[in-house]
Amino acid sequence: MVIQMLQVRNARCERDGRQLFEDLSFSLAPGELLQVVGGNGSGKSTLLRALLGLYTDCQGDINWSLDEAPLYLGHRLGIKQSLTVIENLRWFGVLREAPVSQDRIDEAVYKLGLTGFEDSLCAHLSEGQRKRVALGQFLIMDNPCWVMDEPFSAIDADGLSFLMAILQEHLDVNGGIVISTHQPITIDRPINTLALQ
Amino acid sequence: MNLFIASVQRDLLVHFRHPSEVLNPLIFFVVVISLFPLGIGPEPGQLKEIAPGIVWVAALLATLMSMDSMFRSDFEDGSLEQVVLSEQSTFIFVLAKVASHWLLSGLPLVLLMPLAALLLFLDEAGIWALTLSLLLVSPTLSLLGGIGAALTVGLPRGGLLVTILVMPLYVPVLVLATAMVQAAEAGSETIGYIYWLLAILFGAVCLAPIATAAAVNVATDQ
Repeated sequence: MVIQMLQVRNARCERDGRQLFEDLSFSLAPGELLQVVGGNGSGKSTLLRALLGLYTDCQGDINWSLDEAPLYLGHRLGIKQSLTVIENLRWFGVLREAPVSQDRIDEAVYKLGLTGFEDSLCAHLSEGQRKRVALGQFLIMDNPCWVMDEPFSAIDADGLSFLMAILQEHLDVNGGIVISTHQPITIDRPINTLALQ
Repeated sequence: MNLFIASVQRDLLVHFRHPSEVLNPLIFFVVVISLFPLGIGPEPGQLKEIAPGIVWVAALLATLMSMDSMFRSDFEDGSLEQVVLSEQSTFIFVLAKVASHWLLSGLPLVLLMPLAALLLFLDEAGIWALTLSLLLVSPTLSLLGGIGAALTVGLPRGGLLVTILVMPLYVPVLVLATAMVQAAEAGSETIGYIYWLLAILFGAVCLAPIATAAAVNVATDQ
């Protein structure tokens, strides 16, 4: 039997008098990708935040069996406008107590297509570039599970194919991914879909 | 410890790049102090008598001005939820935020204090007592203010609410600090007041970050 990274039983959530979801049970095993789909306001972000413990007004069992907390990309990117790209990436490393080498950061900056912007303040970057900086946290650390809320918004076509590649790479090393997006995910791996009404 | 140092460095860097947030309260403080001799008249006797009160009220208001922003930008750009999410102690992070707030707003006020006291004709003993009292009290102000700042960070405009929440907590230290300066001017012993202020400071260091960390958790829970 495969040890699940995440096991959710009978999750139920009501917000502002509306039932977002109920009787939601699913699990995530290493090497699996779970795509959460649903229209605007269907509770995708709330579900992801509830999984992470950032939204606690939900009922049901949410059990993680991980040594390290999952990495999270939310609507608020966690990027400080008045810090440079490198400084922001380093801060992600500090938060997760991950020793991040300069080589790794250089490599991430190169992969993210931010070469030449290393020392630019994030306030001077475009929306898409800031998103790329926030995505950098997934490249500089080795946490087994990723939770991504709409990672493809504001990202161009090049960035999209690059993102698909890193998703694939992460699954290949037995990582788990929970992702909410409207975009079709083009990787050659089975994708579990969770549809919210 | 790593988080503490990195967080203080980060805040200093951010404010070094955008110094207006730090400078505004200091300019406010100096302007308020310098208006009193103009408004009341430059008689040294009268000014000297009310000086401790004036300086302290101005220092409190200047501290409150900068309080609202303690967690606001971290909340709005998502850094705060990343901290809560990581397995790092929110207590340490909050303590680091308070420490950098003190370095950027409390310490400059302490350094400006002798200047302010000279404007109001305080004598040497009074200046020393005033500076020492602010040095002892300003960390307490940052610690207690952090609770108010964290409680109101989720509200669009928390400025006035922070003041209302935090002011009652400031009253005891204000009373003790002005009493200490008056005692020093009258030439009596101040050590008792120093012990009291230190006791309050240590109490605040231990307890305030617990409340602030809890408030931060509530603020990010949405």
